[in-house]
Amino acid sequence: MESFPILSMITFLPLVGAAIILLTRMAVGAQTESDDKARGTIRMAALVITSATFLLSLWALSEFDPSSGATFQLVEEYTWFARDYAQAVNAVESINFKFGVDGMSILLVVLTTFLMPLCILASWKSITHRLADYMIAFLVLETLMLGVFCSLDLVLFYIFFEGGLIPMFIIIGIWGGKNRLYASFKFFLYTLLGSLFLLAALIYIYSTVGTTDIEVLQQHVFAENVQIWLWLAFFASFAVKLPMWPVHTWLPDAHVEAPTAGSVILAGVLLKMGGYGMLRFSLPMFPDASHLFQPLVFALSVIAVVYASLVAFRQTDMKKLIAYSSVAHMGLVTLGIFAFNEQGVQGAIYQMLSHGLISGALFLCVGVIYDREHTRDIAYYGGLVHRMPLYAALFLFFTMANVGLPGTSGFVGEITSMVGGFLAAPWAAAGAALGMIFSAVYMLHLYRETVFGEITNEKLFDIKDVDAREAGILIVLAVATLLFGILPSLIFDLSQGTTQNVLDIMNLKLTAQ
Amino acid sequence: MNILHDITIAAPESLLLAMGLLGVLVGAVLKNGFNSFSRLFGALALSAAAMLAAFQIGSDPAYAFNELYRITPFLAFTKTVAFGVAAVALLMSGGYLGREQMDRFEYSLLILFGSGGMGIMLSSSSLMTLYMGVEMLSLSSYVLAAFNRESRRSAEAGLKYFVLGALASGLLLYGASLVYGYTGSTQFSEIAAAESSIGLIFGMVLMLIGLGFKASAAPFHIWTPDVYEGAPTPVAAYFSTAPKIAAVVVFANIAFTVFGAFEESWRIIVGIMAALSMLVGAFGGLGQNNIKRLLAYSSIGNVGFAFMAIASGELYGASPTLTYMTIYVLTTLGIFGVVLAMRRREGMVEDISDLNGLSQRKPGLAIALTALVFSVAGIPPLAGFLGKFLVFEAAIRAELYWLVGVGIIGSVVSLAYYLRIIWAVWAKDAAESFEATDGVVRLSVYGSAILAFPVLVIWITWLNNLAMNASPA
Repeated sequence: MESFPILSMITFLPLVGAAIILLTRMAVGAQTESDDKARGTIRMAALVITSATFLLSLWALSEFDPSSGATFQLVEEYTWFARDYAQAVNAVESINFKFGVDGMSILLVVLTTFLMPLCILASWKSITHRLADYMIAFLVLETLMLGVFCSLDLVLFYIFFEGGLIPMFIIIGIWGGKNRLYASFKFFLYTLLGSLFLLAALIYIYSTVGTTDIEVLQQHVFAENVQIWLWLAFFASFAVKLPMWPVHTWLPDAHVEAPTAGSVILAGVLLKMGGYGMLRFSLPMFPDASHLFQPLVFALSVIAVVYASLVAFRQTDMKKLIAYSSVAHMGLVTLGIFAFNEQGVQGAIYQMLSHGLISGALFLCVGVIYDREHTRDIAYYGGLVHRMPLYAALFLFFTMANVGLPGTSGFVGEITSMVGGFLAAPWAAAGAALGMIFSAVYMLHLYRETVFGEITNEKLFDIKDVDAREAGILIVLAVATLLFGILPSLIFDLSQGTTQNVLDIMNLKLTAQ
Repeated sequence: MNILHDITIAAPESLLLAMGLLGVLVGAVLKNGFNSFSRLFGALALSAAAMLAAFQIGSDPAYAFNELYRITPFLAFTKTVAFGVAAVALLMSGGYLGREQMDRFEYSLLILFGSGGMGIMLSSSSLMTLYMGVEMLSLSSYVLAAFNRESRRSAEAGLKYFVLGALASGLLLYGASLVYGYTGSTQFSEIAAAESSIGLIFGMVLMLIGLGFKASAAPFHIWTPDVYEGAPTPVAAYFSTAPKIAAVVVFANIAFTVFGAFEESWRIIVGIMAALSMLVGAFGGLGQNNIKRLLAYSSIGNVGFAFMAIASGELYGASPTLTYMTIYVLTTLGIFGVVLAMRRREGMVEDISDLNGLSQRKPGLAIALTALVFSVAGIPPLAGFLGKFLVFEAAIRAELYWLVGVGIIGSVVSLAYYLRIIWAVWAKDAAESFEATDGVVRLSVYGSAILAFPVLVIWITWLNNLAMNASPA
């Protein structure tokens, strides 16, 4: 099994699927637009491909040895861009195609492949316009997202990291809401601006260290003044992606305009790349700069938590409310990461995964009623519990999970990263705790306004409850949320190695000076 | 024996000029009968010249014609690319010229002579040969820009190009005369070895301005949008590809070899030109609705990136200049192919809004265009990203951090208009469909898109290694 390129298989299987759908579409022609049977086939094909990818990733998980979670496993390496240089630092500089996963990235890979079939299912009926294009865009996006988490080479990482913008731009652009032009441009330009600083920084690293191998770079010690610049450049990119206050403004727009499945992926996976990047690069590669900027990150995190929570409370659009809640929850992630202790980092990784499940589910909940009524205006709804009891129950569960009710995964993530934050800086944790109270306020407000009360809007009298497909998706997510809430060790055991490794590298470098 | 040796060194240009003269004779005899056949004739000559140049990539640098003429792998590489894309651009023009009643054999011959001029100016090793090559290319270009003589726009483009081009030639000539006056020689090797003097520096600056004009680098770019818009589309396709890479490489070559001793001085000038070009290319393109004007600004911006590599100096910048420009011209050829495909029953259309909903009408073309546009914008995982990567790398190695900052701004701002094209293609409702695309054009678009496409960027590795071996450093 050593030589089997399982990670490449996982990563590129969706791309192969996209190519197949594309070829079919070109062969069949315009019929795919009108023919119900053709559409069914396309949906089925996309579902089969994403499910197969999920199964493959489970296989990779079983091959993965959690007892040595700190080391990269399932590594594949091919030389891609080697060259002899007169001006090379090392005799030969090469950019390699190198894939591998550790405890943190395998979790994110599985999260991605897990959410993907659910997204396809969620779009089952709501997307009829240009269905083949839609599925192609999602499959390409899946490949690029998986590549980000599997890459063990900085340039490769960057290519996947930024390449993901293209399909997301097209997804928001074609299947988005009324204001999609503004949202998709803002999304692309904002993220690109951040990313180009990352590009400049990585080229600097490449030209001074002579390699872009992440494993090597993690051990490399940069001079302190260099660290500061590089840290800022990396941070510019990851902070936009995460997003942190004050560069979060693209997120609510993108969420509101994106189709439901697009929001799920955006919140569930794309935002996680920022946190992933910080843990993978910023901390181990630039420990001095990370320490130096710790108060800044804490301050931004606390502002994000408090400010985004307050803003969320004032929203009239359901998706926007959840988007701001995402910003607040991501504030906790950065708080945990920059606590530089085991609790904090473990909590941050946990929180990323749990938020991926919960916010994804919440966007799906909004999608369910949006498909029926084509509005996300909170004031439009009310009294849904009388007509949609099962929906009300599921929505309640995810609302509570988002608030951080014990027993759900949301609780574990929040409490652990808070503990980490408290150990590092009590004031920051106290500020973030305030946000937790607010989160209960805005989530319960949302829930009460839409689900409780009497039905006042007569258009809602004959609204239908969730059907088997919708219920199935939400129940799967609910089970996962509950499972990880009760048995957090399922995740902690895997991420333990990475956490320890990151902190060890940091401490080693700090004491060495 | 000696003349034979010289001719072998100048083989590609000799072939082009001989074929051009032969074409004139054949045209004089066959008259209009030669029209439709002339393109194939010209393309074959250009391909043959490209192959001859390709053979020279591997050989050592050599002089010919009493050191008036020079060939190095660096130049041979450029010639291969330039003649190759010129051949494709010539073939692509067929359908257009026929429909617009411009199918005259002179078109092919002008491209042959112009390409011959490109070869001569690239290979020049003395001020005289340089000027001769530049003028040969320029004069052919002026006529080509005005080739649609029925159209006032085309005539205007030709005239504008001629007036401004003549000014630039004057500057180049004045600079050359200063250089000659202060060094006492027209030979590049002797100029390079001459002592520094204020007159020499002045001459250098004037020459660089003249050549910068030909490459349409800001602030000498003013003619570009007007000429691209007014000239017939296949002519604009030719302008933005073959002469573009030739002009940029000539600029680089003159800066590197002739004025290598003043690298510290010209690096600042070239750096400023690069920064201005990137900014003009980025901000100027924002308000454009005409796709040819937009592509003109895009080409200004891209020349800015190439100049960023040149400003990094010969050691770091030589091979990225080649790689970057090669990727750029190959991609641009495909984009212009799409512009050539924008044809409705009533004639050619050129607005971005005419691309609306292309993805529903012609999905293959839409996917190709998307790949090409993102490649020019330098978004990974497409080929253009690696070009940009190499240029940024050169600048960072040369510690031109401010220029990298300008490059970042330029990339982000210019992306806004590239995204407009993508937006029109994918997100807008379908406009009226285009007529069927010519076979050659379709082939070129797909070919160029495949080169830009992520799965195949592996060819860039090969290209980069080739460019690296061809570069003096």
